[in-house]
Amino acid sequence: MSQRVTIDPVTRIEGHLRVDVQVDGGKVSKAWASGQMWRGVENILVGRDPRDAWAITQRICGVCTTVHAIASVRAVENALQLEIPVNAQYIRNMIILAHAVHDHIVHFYHLSALDWVDVTSALQADPAKAASIAESLSNWPGNNKAEFARVKERLAGFVGTGQLGIFTNGYWGHPAMKLPPEVNLIAVAHYLQALEVQRHANKVVSILGSKTPHIQNVAVGGVANALATDSQSVLTVERLLAVRNWIDQLADFVKHVYLVDVAVVGGFYPEWTAIGRGIVDYLAVPDIPLDGMNTSFALPGGHIAGGDPASFKEIRTHNDAYFRDGVAESVKHSWYEGGKGPLHPYKGETRPQYTDFQEGGKYSWLKSPTFYEKPMQVGPLPRVLAMVAAGHQPTIDYATQALDLVSSVAKTKVGLEALHSTIGRHAARAVACAVEVDELGRQWDLLLASMARGDLRTFNKPQFPKGEVSGVGIHEAPRGVLSHWIVIDNGKIRNYQCVVPTTWNAAPRNERDEPGAYEACLAGTPVAIPDQPLEVLRTVHSFDPCLACAVHVVDRQARAAVRVSAV
Amino acid sequence: MRVLILGVGNVLLSDEGLGVRLVERLPSVCALPSTVEVLDGGTSGMEMLEQLEDLDALILVDAIRSGRRPGTPIRLAGDEVPTFFATKLSPHQIGMSDVLATLELLGRSPKSTVIIGLEPRSLALGTTLSREIEAAMPKLLDLVIAELIRLGVDVSRHPQAVR
Repeated sequence: MSQRVTIDPVTRIEGHLRVDVQVDGGKVSKAWASGQMWRGVENILVGRDPRDAWAITQRICGVCTTVHAIASVRAVENALQLEIPVNAQYIRNMIILAHAVHDHIVHFYHLSALDWVDVTSALQADPAKAASIAESLSNWPGNNKAEFARVKERLAGFVGTGQLGIFTNGYWGHPAMKLPPEVNLIAVAHYLQALEVQRHANKVVSILGSKTPHIQNVAVGGVANALATDSQSVLTVERLLAVRNWIDQLADFVKHVYLVDVAVVGGFYPEWTAIGRGIVDYLAVPDIPLDGMNTSFALPGGHIAGGDPASFKEIRTHNDAYFRDGVAESVKHSWYEGGKGPLHPYKGETRPQYTDFQEGGKYSWLKSPTFYEKPMQVGPLPRVLAMVAAGHQPTIDYATQALDLVSSVAKTKVGLEALHSTIGRHAARAVACAVEVDELGRQWDLLLASMARGDLRTFNKPQFPKGEVSGVGIHEAPRGVLSHWIVIDNGKIRNYQCVVPTTWNAAPRNERDEPGAYEACLAGTPVAIPDQPLEVLRTVHSFDPCLACAVHVVDRQARAAVRVSAV
Repeated sequence: MRVLILGVGNVLLSDEGLGVRLVERLPSVCALPSTVEVLDGGTSGMEMLEQLEDLDALILVDAIRSGRRPGTPIRLAGDEVPTFFATKLSPHQIGMSDVLATLELLGRSPKSTVIIGLEPRSLALGTTLSREIEAAMPKLLDLVIAELIRLGVDVSRHPQAVR
């Protein structure tokens, strides 16, 4: 019998994604991903001053705010072909990287680990045994018997009160939960330690960005941070030293805890390396620019076709026509007026036409983007595969380290090909995070070296020409490729389109009715208990879905999150 | 003694933001000692964790839906606090209950928590409070000040404050 399972909302904290799956013989046969919010920020921007766009676009979301500020100023600078001071790049890069590290840590421990970790099972764990396992894997000082015993005791008290709070939505005792009690206990202890550590990343963003969420320091032409070595009212060396201290603590946690935990969890779920493959056409863009014109980068990016690293085609600069000319969006299955076929973002339109959920017709507020007419997967997995294909040595080293640990836990050789999967997306995110936290330290070094040479410039004033210019701001955000597209006419915005990572991944079917990445990756996912579709959530959560920026709010009615019906 | 008065809510949804409006107005009504912090929590969740750690007392101010007449003052304490979070009385309970649960797991919960609020009338888009709620705001201020006095905090009302 066919069963229809509707999960709405899907995300643990950020809402508004609906996923429908048809289950036949215990497996997903078809899937539909639907964005349940209308965004509309593009329409707000028309007619405004391009220098204000960054402040408005980052209000798309209350979580990933910095990424839209960055993509927006880059779009305007690209349209003007405006060079910015290299110090401004270093400061922006540190904000970008600290935000990414924060996002990845919180995603794994606080938003998705509970798909794999059974909190209640940790109550059966032996703290001494947990300590000996953890100490054998890493020299992190938080891995010891006393700490694990403390966490177990607190957890018991917590569960005993019947107030599971943040853990309420977990599927405890589900047959798909496979970790031994001790590993569950280690994971819960690290869940709590991660709460402490993630703040350091937020502090880096708030010191450099003046505020978070919603940084205040960027400007078209650079940043508004005044650098000085002899004043108390600006970004001083003293503050930068505090930033360095937080970076070092983050690096310690990411390399000795996060990367290790993901590999260990992966090793206990080897079957998940064969689930959730879906679209293996990957897109990532280069980021962390090292010059003022976005032509050389610390982290490479490009396109991989059919999951084959040999097909890698590098995107070399943010002016690269290969990227700029390849992107288009279809609204055939989206709640917008269409009929013109896929449109390049410079010509993109955002006119709502709501029809309710129509399986064969329109069913999402997300548009369906394509790269040279093909749907893509974006995110840390495409990013890591592209960096490996480009020969980026730190990425190769961390990927090897993680896969070796997975292999030793799983007691079978697990290679790079295992990454094309649900659990692989988690592993790739941890590898990306390790690369990013190291790069964060390096950008700090570059800024200090530049200041030591006496260069304190952070801003070049933009000049807007008469007539029309257009530009694209490209950014490899935590969830993948983000691009803002702007058309400026006589110094005012004529058109603006945001093509965000979750639009790529959670896209509805495209002009040729091909499924988007979530939809394709869900096909074949096993579902043991239809009204507890943990396996479906595992695959969707592996993308780190964030719908606020992909689409905006309509529905505040309380209702059951999972609905099952026969079809 | 560390006391936090935390106003939460979405100021874009009219009465939904009454907790935030309360903490905005509080400093103009009374002088508070440095042991009392007043925080606009907006729609934040885990971002507030650090400011909520190891408190002696948390006074959470929010719109509370309990089916009573709009503007009715409500005070929840003791066993009623977990119930507030277990049933959907406030739209922010997801963020706030996560924070409070996490504090408990970290062993850094407030020693006491009370929730003070009003039954809202309108949750429609809008940046001002409805007439009924605006009229009830002085009662809400009185409740918060009474709570501080109950905690032994030295509160002095500004003589010129309009009630």
